[in-house]
Parts: sequence; structure tokens; C-alpha cells
Amino acid sequence: MYELTDVHKTFVRGGQPIRALDGADLAVDEGEFLAVQGPTGQGKSTLLLLLGGLDRPTSGQVLFEGRDLGELPEAELAILRAEAFGFVFQTFNLIPTLTALENVETALVPLGTPAAERRARSLAMLGELGMDDRAAHLPSELSGGQQQRVAIARALVKEPRVLLADEPTGNLDEQTRDEIISLLEQLWRERGITLVVVTHDSAVAGRAPRRAVIENGRVRTGDGAQVPN
Amino acid sequence: MYVTYIRRELRRRFKQSLVIALGLAVGIALVVTVSSAAAGVKSAQGQVLHSLYGVGTDMTVTKSATPGQGGPQRFGGFGNPPSSGKQRISRDLLRPGPGFGTGTLPASAVTQVSALSGVSAASGALTLTDTKFSGTIDFGQGQRGGNGGFPGQGSGGPPSGSPPNFSINQITVDGIAVGGGVGPLTSSQVSSGSYFTSADTNALVAIASTTYAQQKSLAVGSTIKLSGKTLKVIGLAKASSGSADIYIPLATAQKLAGLKNKVTTIYVSVASATQVSTVASAAKSALPAATVSTSADLAKQVSGALASASTLTSSLGRWLSFAALLVAFLLAGLLMMSAVSRRVREFGTLKAIGWRTRRVVAQVVGEGLTLGMIGGVAGILLGVAAAETITAIAPGLRATVNPSSANSGGFGQFPGGGPGGGSGAFPRPGGARDAQSVLVHLTAPLQSNTILLALALAVAGGLVAGAFGAWRAARLRPADALRSVA
Repeated sequence: MYELTDVHKTFVRGGQPIRALDGADLAVDEGEFLAVQGPTGQGKSTLLLLLGGLDRPTSGQVLFEGRDLGELPEAELAILRAEAFGFVFQTFNLIPTLTALENVETALVPLGTPAAERRARSLAMLGELGMDDRAAHLPSELSGGQQQRVAIARALVKEPRVLLADEPTGNLDEQTRDEIISLLEQLWRERGITLVVVTHDSAVAGRAPRRAVIENGRVRTGDGAQVPN
Repeated sequence: MYVTYIRRELRRRFKQSLVIALGLAVGIALVVTVSSAAAGVKSAQGQVLHSLYGVGTDMTVTKSATPGQGGPQRFGGFGNPPSSGKQRISRDLLRPGPGFGTGTLPASAVTQVSALSGVSAASGALTLTDTKFSGTIDFGQGQRGGNGGFPGQGSGGPPSGSPPNFSINQITVDGIAVGGGVGPLTSSQVSSGSYFTSADTNALVAIASTTYAQQKSLAVGSTIKLSGKTLKVIGLAKASSGSADIYIPLATAQKLAGLKNKVTTIYVSVASATQVSTVASAAKSALPAATVSTSADLAKQVSGALASASTLTSSLGRWLSFAALLVAFLLAGLLMMSAVSRRVREFGTLKAIGWRTRRVVAQVVGEGLTLGMIGGVAGILLGVAAAETITAIAPGLRATVNPSSANSGGFGQFPGGGPGGGSGAFPRPGGARDAQSVLVHLTAPLQSNTILLALALAVAGGLVAGAFGAWRAARLRPADALRSVA
């Protein structure tokens, strides 16, 4: 599904160039659950942004289903983001003024789904995640775990082919962390989606059949990949 | 979703939204107020010009008096005064006015002007001043004066009796062409009774201005005396301050004043505003001895508080509105841009889940437009309230037309020289008519185009505000947005 070849990514922050990826190679098969580990600031999130078509590599290729995401026009990337990729963020990134249900609906807006169908599908998705009784609540009225469930519902309601999760349990307590990662694992098994989870938490990464480690801008993969100290 | 999102977002940023909407409202309210006041001043100027000029008139043709001209009627004719004792004198003089330098034109001039290219209507009018003089002069026991007209000016010695005791009353009378279409009075101004019909062409009938009728307790059916004749009041007309007191048919006026086939003013309506100067030149050529003045000429002569108000609304008011709007637009734009900057993660997330840039931009512009419309409605309401306040409390404004303007004669003198009279003359009493001073009440009428302008400004303000924010949102790259908060 994904084929990354000699990917470099440099960006400027605070006037200083930051080399996030430096010749990274990675392959992800369809339906695979891959955990990407690595210390903070080693390029994990950058890798996820590239996989989701949210950023372009400075050089190298990021092939998704044979198409180079680095070369696709913005309009086509937007379509891919709307249809094929679902995102889950560490900070949930829910729209604070919209209810849980409306937040889930936002993912169906770019697909042009009619309002009634949008609402029905969103409500069903929330129900699947045990959140239907919180549909009318604003994010500020929900706990961290509940907010992340709403964010997962938003990512999955459009039935994407890939679910990209950036530190999905980073802001949660241990018990909620286990609930959320179990939920993601369950959804991966039931829906057959490709799941890429970026995490620095070994407990979370340990749930994935395959792990990759980012170190000095390069990716090492394999079941026995170890996070450097 | 679109509307819900806008509503919730604006409610969340309530204080900021309020500041933006109020800023736009103040700017738009100023525009509405100034536009309404300007319309009011324009209307007041129109009233002034109408009262001095005539309804639907683009230009007038008049003629200054030449020595000896002025009609057959003269004061004097008192005969030889007695050698002693008191003599009661009562005279009614109807002569061209309002200025004593007002001359007459032959009625054929109206035909000449009518025939000019570009003239859509022309009619003659005879503007007269009726002066009623009554009183007693004590000639005492002194020597008989010479051929003196009035005391002190005769060629003989002064009468030796007590000072004269007399009063002078003046009213202005317009003789207007029946069915003329253009002139100092139209049927639409008649508030009660009726306008002249063709049957009234030579009749002893009159229409009184409501102001004069009120002063003299006249009503439809009352009678008035002019030059010794009794005229029946058939209507009352809402004429502006400064207009004539009495209107009578032209032929009747000519007969009463002894000015057969004479007019003092030709009122001309021109087919197109762009032709006014051309027609004025043609009229000047056709009638070289006459004075041709256009409404623009007369407007230039208007001075006084009304002219000051006009200057105030046209310069200071407009600049103030412009400055307020500019500040409001800038404030709205900057606040919207700041709001978008604080929503970087929100818009980055929306782009990440597939929202296109144009949808995000539409969202921001929608918020700006909504604020613009709220500000617009509030601004219109504020503006209407301000305009109503102006209408309610504004004092009357006085406009004065320079006596040197075409229709005025300046301070003239009664020509003496009646039979038995001397060469006596005295300054015209009550020369206010020469100054052509008109009092108008300033209003600030709200016009439909002002509302449209306000709505257009509201939309523009909203678009400006939205555009600032949208520009920021459009430049937002989702990766940068998400990375900046990671």
C-alpha cells in the first residue's frame, strides 16, 4: 500500500533548519497494523504527515497505491484525505464549538454526503464506539478518553482505507490508554483497515504485530526493532 | 452544518464579534446619518430654489427695470395737499416686484423662448408687489408745500404739522399662466380648495399660501382686495417660505396691474439637464436685454446657515463617515485575522480530514459576512435613530440669496412723479423680499438608496473582514498547522 524510498524532509522552525527525515525507507502492506516508535523530535509525526498527504517530502518518493503523494496536486491530495485517510491526533483536535455528533459529521462534509445521511452515519459510528449518549455534548463536556473516542469516530465514519494515529494515547491515563488502544486494535481487526500508530509508548507499540523505529531520520523495521535509549 | 458552525463560532467569540459588529455599525450609522442629512439639506436647497425659482424650473428669464419702466401705477396722485389740516390718504399699489428694479418682458418673449430647441415647457408669470398705504398727514397751519410728493422731499417747504401717521402693508402676488405646467405654483401644492382651471383665466380668483392664509385668517371662499378689486380665494397652497403670498391668473394680474401682455419672469423647463447651458445661451441670444439664470446660478447665490449645513454634510460629514468606515473595516479585518490565527489547529484539522481550502475560506468569509450583516442592520437602526433625531431637533436653517441675483432688484425707490406729486422718493420699506431670505426646516429623510448603500457597505465590510481572515486561512498548510501545536 505504501512504499517510501529515500525520503528526506527538512523544515525550518525558529529560523533553524530541522532535518526530520534523512533517507527514510519504509513499506506498509494493506491491512497491516504498524507501530512507529522513536524518541521525541526524531521525525515520527513528520512521517505520519507524509503518509497522510498532509506534507510533501523535500526529496524521495512516498507512493500510496502507486501514486506519488509528493507529486499529486493539492486538490487530489484533499480528495485522498477526505476519502482514504483517517486521522487521530494526540490532542484530539475536535472543533470546540461543535457537538460530538457535529464533529463526526465534519468528516463527511467534504464527501458531499446529504445532511440526513451524514447525521445517521455519524450517530451510528458514535454508537459503535459507545458514545451515542454523548452525541449532543460539546468537547469541553467530555473526558479525554471520550474526546478521543469521538476523534476516532470522526476518523472512521467515512470508512477510510488507512487510519493514521499520532500518539493517540499520549494525553490519556493508563486505563483509558488501554481502552483506546484496544479499541483501535479491535477496529483494525473488524474493518480490515491499514493502521499506522505513531507512539513513544512501548505498551501501545507492543500491541502492533509489526514495529518500526525512527532514529536519526531513518526507519528500522522488524518485529525486534528496539527503541534506543 | 455551515450555518451552525458560523453561529456557534461567533457566539464563542462573542466579545470580539460584538466589537467587530459594533465597529461596522458605527461606521454604517454615520454613513446613513450623513447621507440622510445630505438628502435633507438637498431637499432644503430644493425648497429654497423652488420658493425662489418655481417648480420644475431649470432656468428663468427676467429683465431688470429700466428707468421709467415699471408700469403705469404710481404712488402719488394725491392731488394738491390742503394748505392746512389733516388729510387721510389710502392707496393700493400693484406693481412689478419683489424688487423695485424688476422689469417686464413682452408676453411674446414667452413664445420666443418656447420655440428654442431643447425647451420642453415655458410659461410667463407676473410677479407683483401689492403695497397698501394708508394713514393721515397733518399739514398743520404752515405754508403750502410745492409739488412735494411725500413730506420732506418736495420742492416746496415742509409741512409744519405733526409727523405723519401712516402704515404700509405689502404682499407679494404671482400672476401665473393657467395650465402652464411650469412655474411658481403647481396643482400638487394645493392643499385645500382647487387649482386654477381654464375658466379662471380672466377671473377675479386667487389661491393663498397657507402661511399667508393663516396670518390673515383666510379660508377657501374668503375674499381679498387687490388694487381695489375683490378676489375670491378658491384654494390654499403649501408654498414654501419665501414664495408669494397670493397667486392669481396671469391675465387677471396683468389687468389689475395695468401691464397687459407683460410678464416679469419666464419659467423654463429644459428637456435634458445636459442641455440647460445650451438653452440658456440660446435664450440669451434671443433676448439680449434679458437676464437668463439657471438653477445652478441661483444655487451659487444661496448663503446662510443652509449653505453652511450643505458644506458641513458634503465635506466634513463625508470625510468623517469615510474615516469611520475605514477604521471599522480595518479593525474588523485585523480582528478576523487574529481570530483565524488562534484557530490554526482547528483549520489544520479540517484540512487534514479533507476540507478543501475554499471550504475553509468560505467558512471564514461566512463568519465575516454574518458580522457585516449584523453590523449593517445595527448601523441602519442607529442611523435611522440619528436621522429621526436630526429631523426632530434640528433648528430651522435660513438661506439667503444675494440681492444681486437675477430675480431681485435690490433696494429700489418708489419712483415719484404722479400727477401733482413731486420727485419725492423713499427707501422701500421692509426690504426683506429683496434679500430673498427663506427659512427651511432641516430634515434627514431616510431614502431607499441610503438603505441599499448601507447594506452594500455591510456586505463590503463583512467581505473585507472575511477576506483578511480568509487570506490567513488560505495560506495555512495543514502540516504547519498541526506541527505548530504538536
